[in-house]
Amino acid sequence: MRLTVNGTEHEVDVEPDMPLLWVLRDELNITGPKYGCGIAQCGACTVHVDGFAVRSCQLAIGDLQGDVTTIEGLGTPDNLHAVQEAWIEQQVAQCGYCQSGQIMQAADLLAANPTPSDEDIDAVMGGNLCRCGTYPRIRAAVHAAATKLQGA
Amino acid sequence: MASLGKIARRTFLIGSAAIAGGVAFGVYAARQPFPNPNLDDLSEGSASFNPWVIVDNERVTLIAPHADKGQGVFSTQAALIAEELDIELDQVEVSFGMPDQAYFNTAITEAAAGFPMYDHSPTAERVRGFLGGVAKLAIPMMATGGSSAMPDVYTKLREAGATARETLKLAASEESGVPVADLRTERGAVILPDGTELPYTALAARAATLAPVTDVALRDPSQWRMLGQPMDRIDIVQKSTGTLPYGIDFRTDDMRFATVKVNPRQGGAMNGYDASAAEAMPGVERIIEITGGVAVVANNTWRAIQAANAIEFDWGAAPYPADQAAHWEHLAGIFDDEHLNAEARVEGDVEAAAGEEITGEYRSPYIAHAPLEPLNATILVTEDRVDIWTGHQVQQFVEQVVAEITGHEVDNVHLHNQFMGGSFGHRLEFDFIRQAAEIAHQMRGTPVQMTYSREEDFVHDFPRHITMGRGVAKVLDGQVNALDVQIAGQSVMRSQMGRMGLSLPGPDTQLHEGAWDAPMFNLPNFRVRSYLTEALAPVSSWRAVGAGPNVFIFESLLDEAIHAAGADPLEERIRLMGHDVSVGVLEAVGDMCSWNGANIGEGRGRGVAYGFSFGVAVATVVEVTNTDGGIKLDHVWVAADVGRVLDPVNLENLAQGGTVFGLGHAINCEITYADGMAEQTNYHAHEGMRIWQCPPIEFRALENNPKIRGFGEPPIPPSAPALGNAIFAATGQRIREMPFNKHIAFV
Ligand code: FES
Ligand code: FES
Repeated sequence: MRLTVNGTEHEVDVEPDMPLLWVLRDELNITGPKYGCGIAQCGACTVHVDGFAVRSCQLAIGDLQGDVTTIEGLGTPDNLHAVQEAWIEQQVAQCGYCQSGQIMQAADLLAANPTPSDEDIDAVMGGNLCRCGTYPRIRAAVHAAATKLQGA
Repeated sequence: MASLGKIARRTFLIGSAAIAGGVAFGVYAARQPFPNPNLDDLSEGSASFNPWVIVDNERVTLIAPHADKGQGVFSTQAALIAEELDIELDQVEVSFGMPDQAYFNTAITEAAAGFPMYDHSPTAERVRGFLGGVAKLAIPMMATGGSSAMPDVYTKLREAGATARETLKLAASEESGVPVADLRTERGAVILPDGTELPYTALAARAATLAPVTDVALRDPSQWRMLGQPMDRIDIVQKSTGTLPYGIDFRTDDMRFATVKVNPRQGGAMNGYDASAAEAMPGVERIIEITGGVAVVANNTWRAIQAANAIEFDWGAAPYPADQAAHWEHLAGIFDDEHLNAEARVEGDVEAAAGEEITGEYRSPYIAHAPLEPLNATILVTEDRVDIWTGHQVQQFVEQVVAEITGHEVDNVHLHNQFMGGSFGHRLEFDFIRQAAEIAHQMRGTPVQMTYSREEDFVHDFPRHITMGRGVAKVLDGQVNALDVQIAGQSVMRSQMGRMGLSLPGPDTQLHEGAWDAPMFNLPNFRVRSYLTEALAPVSSWRAVGAGPNVFIFESLLDEAIHAAGADPLEERIRLMGHDVSVGVLEAVGDMCSWNGANIGEGRGRGVAYGFSFGVAVATVVEVTNTDGGIKLDHVWVAADVGRVLDPVNLENLAQGGTVFGLGHAINCEITYADGMAEQTNYHAHEGMRIWQCPPIEFRALENNPKIRGFGEPPIPPSAPALGNAIFAATGQRIREMPFNKHIAFV
């Protein structure tokens, strides 16, 4: 089976019902997307497929259509995406385990809605669980990222 | 936290031995530092002045041994050293180091001294000092828990930085001929009077030949460059780019992925299983019997989980009541002398006290830890050594537990502690370590990563203990005149220590923590009694431990009494409090929210609560509106006194996160047992809080506490009662049981 992740093409030998998350993590060693629940309840596994946020624990590799971008492909420590910049400035992370998914979801939100209200943020980010409770800072960071992207 | 009982037990033995063998030796040995473990395999030309600082010709490495489960202690430990070392955080490497007795936690025994943590009297301090010294001799325990990291390291890490700095200056003086007094240090270099910079790395070889300079004075906080200022956490870029490896992300060549299933009726037997279907599934390499269950080893975690789900099990019965109702019934029946854990506080005479009586019964359910990163451990067993990659709060015990299983000498077992995707207390437990070790022991030569499925993480959690509280309050002349609180619950410490093969003599103070030590010195009649059972489900330390349920019980009862007295909830609390630091946080939170009574208009209300845990006084005000869609949390204000603020941004994050954690579980979460099994097996049934329920949370830190304190847990206890009290103010409905959503709808 072939797939493109962060611009690189890969060939994997797996059964078609294996979720994309586990192809990424255990076959390709791309560990930015996290396993939290496996049942679409936490959002830690969120990646982009052709630019849209999807829960990679729910997408069977056999059903994948499109290019995959993970947190590692959104931006890097040397070349940060605006959302990552905002996340760093607001010092959002505590344990940080949910934050790959939060950032991927927020990037998708801002692509669709460049100036979200708190209600918009709550509606779109509601599926991304943060057990450490960083929600006040996530809201602030989404607003800050919106401002950055507007200025860009 | 699990260490407390063991320390208490050993205390007695060592205490007697010390007296028999001569106290002088005991005191001497207790004051001697442990040998510096870095010296064991230091390369030529490198210098290590103490267990926390290593300098070689390329880099400066700081050792930050306390485990980081998200509370930011990795960064703060480094900052404490760097402040005195005169180096910037972007110039150093920071490492958790390897477990060693040199890193033993001097503060974790404080809570076991039997004095409330606000008691700084000479007697209390002497006992704490003695316990610390004795604990060092008995079991130097390297552990992160009980919000003790900052009290433990606040002085010793700054001393480590200062010692290293002065030794490097001495090396520079020898090298340059300039007297030490004329040298300064800045940005990782010693600077000569003519402006020449000698980087620390260039001085390493000479410094290595010198005895460390230990006679150094610490700087006054007014001179600090970075401590006390907002700091960028050193892990923040990695955590924002998906590049920080957690335990679950550990990868190495030829590794295998495994998962386990053990009896969901915790502690019950496995009567049999049929793995024939699982054996034939793709990627499955081995099915291994482990203690109480079965492990599947595969070449991919998902395949291992699929195969484990395909095994048919015959599980034995649970060694505790099968259904939840029986747990509550059992608790209701232990308020008697036979089950008395302690009469922990007695002031005046609650029975003879005059006043109108208010009574209430309160319940706090089982709740799961459920850190977002499921428990996991990677272990490689070879003939001569064992390597473990996992995130754990009691590092040295991990090595011991694994050594017992693999048969290696403990010295040949090496834990590489990893960043944790949360813990909330679950990573104080050892079952997942034992299971991973049993698997790796049978897979010698192959590194195996064992990961719990989320479902296994839930059903095999040891949740927060259930607690039932009964209270009688008396109000007289518009004031609270008496509070009589009885708390029945499980002993978290005994349950947890029992799994470590240890016993806890005497009462478990966590059973009344947060109630017995409420510093309400102006309450004339005050009694707290606790009752203990060990007959229910196995439980463990859950963030804030006993204070979580107990502050809910205590502050709800107090609020009922204050409303019955017709007094103001904030003013009456301030009146009852005879403790300046606590009055300070109550006044601060009142100021922050412009407190003007609990009733703020039709369908709206405010609740205040106070909590004292791990030495920190916290006051929380919650404001709610009763809308058509249910209770909406409008705003929260939190004031706390940690003695000294080291990183205001991280502290605010912990205040907000802890409040979300406390509120979310109070509203939404419980673990209930049916047929001996936890009924909640994933986040759909136990989610904590989601962003749309989260109100704005404002925080103010005070610095009047005479001692520095940790803040990972203290924000939690007052959040639940503050919300319950606000709901009462808004609706007139008093909720005496968590989770609140069983009794009222939330937006
Ligand atoms: S792991 Fe995919 S949503 Fe939780
Ligand atoms: S930062 Fe820990 S789960 Fe979100």
